Amino acid sequence: MADIVLDHITKKYGDGYEAVKSMDLEIKDGEFMILVGPSGCGKSTALNMIAGLEDISDGELKIGGEVVNSRAPKDRDIAMVFQNYALYPHMTVRENMGFALKLAKVDQKEIDRKVEEAAETLDLTEHLDRRPANLSGGQRQRVAMGRAIVREPKAFLMDEPLSNLDAKLRVQMRTEVAELQDRLGTTTVYVTHDQTEAMTLGDRVAVMRSGILQQVDTPGELYNDPVNLFVAGFIGSPSMNFVHGKVSGNEIELPFTTLPLTEDLRSAVGDSDGREVIAGLRPEHFEDAELVGDHLGAGVTFEAKIDLVESMGSELYAYFDAGSDQVDKVEQAASEAGLDELAGGDTNQIVARLAPESKARRGETLKLWVDQDRLLLFDPETGERLRA
Amino acid sequence: MTDRARSERRLGWLLCAPAAIAMLAVTAYPIGYAFVLSLQRVDLRFPEESGFVGFDNYSAVLSSDLWWTDLFNTIFLSVISVSIELCLGMAIALVMHRAIFGRGVVRTSVLIPYGIVTVVAAFSWQFAFAPDTGFVNQLPLIADDKDWFGERFSAFSVIIMAEVWKTTPFMALLLLAGLTTIDDGLYSAAKVDGASAWQRFTRITLPLMKPAILVALLFRTLDAFRIFDTIFIMTGGAQDTQSVSILGYQQLISRLNLGLGSAVSVLIFLCVLVIAVIFVKGLGARQPESGRA
Ligand SMILES: Nc1ncnc2c1ncn2[C@@H]1O[C@H](COP(=O)(O)OP(=O)(O)O)[C@@H](O)[C@H]1O
Ligand SMILES: [Mg+2]
Repeated sequence: MADIVLDHITKKYGDGYEAVKSMDLEIKDGEFMILVGPSGCGKSTALNMIAGLEDISDGELKIGGEVVNSRAPKDRDIAMVFQNYALYPHMTVRENMGFALKLAKVDQKEIDRKVEEAAETLDLTEHLDRRPANLSGGQRQRVAMGRAIVREPKAFLMDEPLSNLDAKLRVQMRTEVAELQDRLGTTTVYVTHDQTEAMTLGDRVAVMRSGILQQVDTPGELYNDPVNLFVAGFIGSPSMNFVHGKVSGNEIELPFTTLPLTEDLRSAVGDSDGREVIAGLRPEHFEDAELVGDHLGAGVTFEAKIDLVESMGSELYAYFDAGSDQVDKVEQAASEAGLDELAGGDTNQIVARLAPESKARRGETLKLWVDQDRLLLFDPETGERLRA
Repeated sequence: MTDRARSERRLGWLLCAPAAIAMLAVTAYPIGYAFVLSLQRVDLRFPEESGFVGFDNYSAVLSSDLWWTDLFNTIFLSVISVSIELCLGMAIALVMHRAIFGRGVVRTSVLIPYGIVTVVAAFSWQFAFAPDTGFVNQLPLIADDKDWFGERFSAFSVIIMAEVWKTTPFMALLLLAGLTTIDDGLYSAAKVDGASAWQRFTRITLPLMKPAILVALLFRTLDAFRIFDTIFIMTGGAQDTQSVSILGYQQLISRLNLGLGSAVSVLIFLCVLVIAVIFVKGLGARQPESGRA
């Protein structure tokens, strides 16, 4: 086991493209670190550099305190799980899992013991003598995991290991991966583009965008305290709503209502009256005013004409118009922040997540409540969060 | 079977029929005719003595030293040249697969020898090794007066070189096709698993290429077994360098003994059949799944 330190790691591909730009990241011994970001942001490149499958253009990589920049993958003592599993099709499950040990000239009896032990944990015992082609997606995925764990490496590197599974299996395997990592306590770097996986799996999450590391924090911190528009919009599902806001004294004018500013936010925006900002409100911080009950005082109530209602059974999404005069400004800031790289980044509509008992009807006006304490403000030019 | 399945099957047969008929016309008929001839005494120099002789022609061929010498020559040439072609072809395929720039140029230039008519290629090589005018004898370490075609095994070595030079590109292309089916991810996985470059080649590439290798070997062995042009040009079969195809040619065309020549042809056909069956069996037996899991 070991810690992994990325010290100003940069990757410049042969065509001059910088896929990872001066990345600084410390992964503690035994930590489960998630690397998340939209497709093409350089996650796999970063992981491959840790694995040694891609050369590091600049910066220093340390595993367990040793600089390993110039070491071949086999001398880094890491195991990797690939997105398409990369199982050897001509080998049985047993041979696949034992391959690394065999190459390391481990005694055959010892290999058998370790492989069988891993197969036991992964529920693969009865499939040991089958070939990958004859296994289901979930089983292949487990073989890929097994191939990594039999080696007892210093670290696991996983590149979107669950993305080829169907939704249900993915949720199930997610729990299994989390349990496995917890039990083994092996340092793990896990790449995903799926923010749900990122939020549920890791000890800490590193959010990347266009090769630049945005924020490294626990899932809770990322959710509550994002550093910029990108992280705020990327983390959370459905995404945070962004609207144009104008500071006016102790209040902020939003297209659909006016919210009082907390002490912190007031000092964050400074005393520039009339300053324009981007306000972020998560769908879950809205509620049907009738259903809020005691908390009514902690927020602001306003009326909105509901354009669309989606009922999920356990919750209900109500969409209402953000007012078109402000859309352009927000859209521009959002696209500069890279939010249009994300799916469903429609700035025109506000989504509110309501309790299923809500009487929200399409086309009708509804009294909505919003939690004023959860308001986040961002600089429209830089996309940086405005903080005290 | 449902009606639908039945009519689909009938349509399948109908669609195959033209090709099948063409194949029968150009292969089954000549083979059948050769077999019929081989059971008769047909010598165009003595047309009045023609008649059915059963397997006499076969016993004549099989009891002659010439047949066995020629068969040995053929097998010897096939095995040696195909082995060299496999190794060289594999090396070239690996290079072509990994070539980053100039892929098109590399692939085209490698193919040039294969595009040259065998007879022309054979003449070029013969000229190069000719004792008086060829440039090879001018090279250092080679005796100026070495008569390459005057002795059996030195003649063989030139024949093999010409064959290898000409058909390695074909081998390389077939192997390249097999190579491209292997998922690059497997090499990454093997690297992480600790495999050296050589181990990746022997434990990933080779096993996964087995079908492609067998197909390439099958094509090339069948081809090599019927070697004719190169020998015909270089030695004409002198110095005991004759192949079975040349033997068949001599019986049929030079000596006009159609019965005996046909028996040789049928025997060659049987040898080719045996080779094909062996390879196809090898292909069928536990064929590894394609490179993608
Ligand atoms: N071999 C390469 N040569 C040039 N550019 C590459 C290469 N591999 C990846 N890239 C580019 O680097 C960027 C990051 O790729 P990648 O790390 O695979 O993204 P992710 O895994 O986050 O989806 C992409 O824009 C991709 O086009
Ligand atoms: Mg990737």
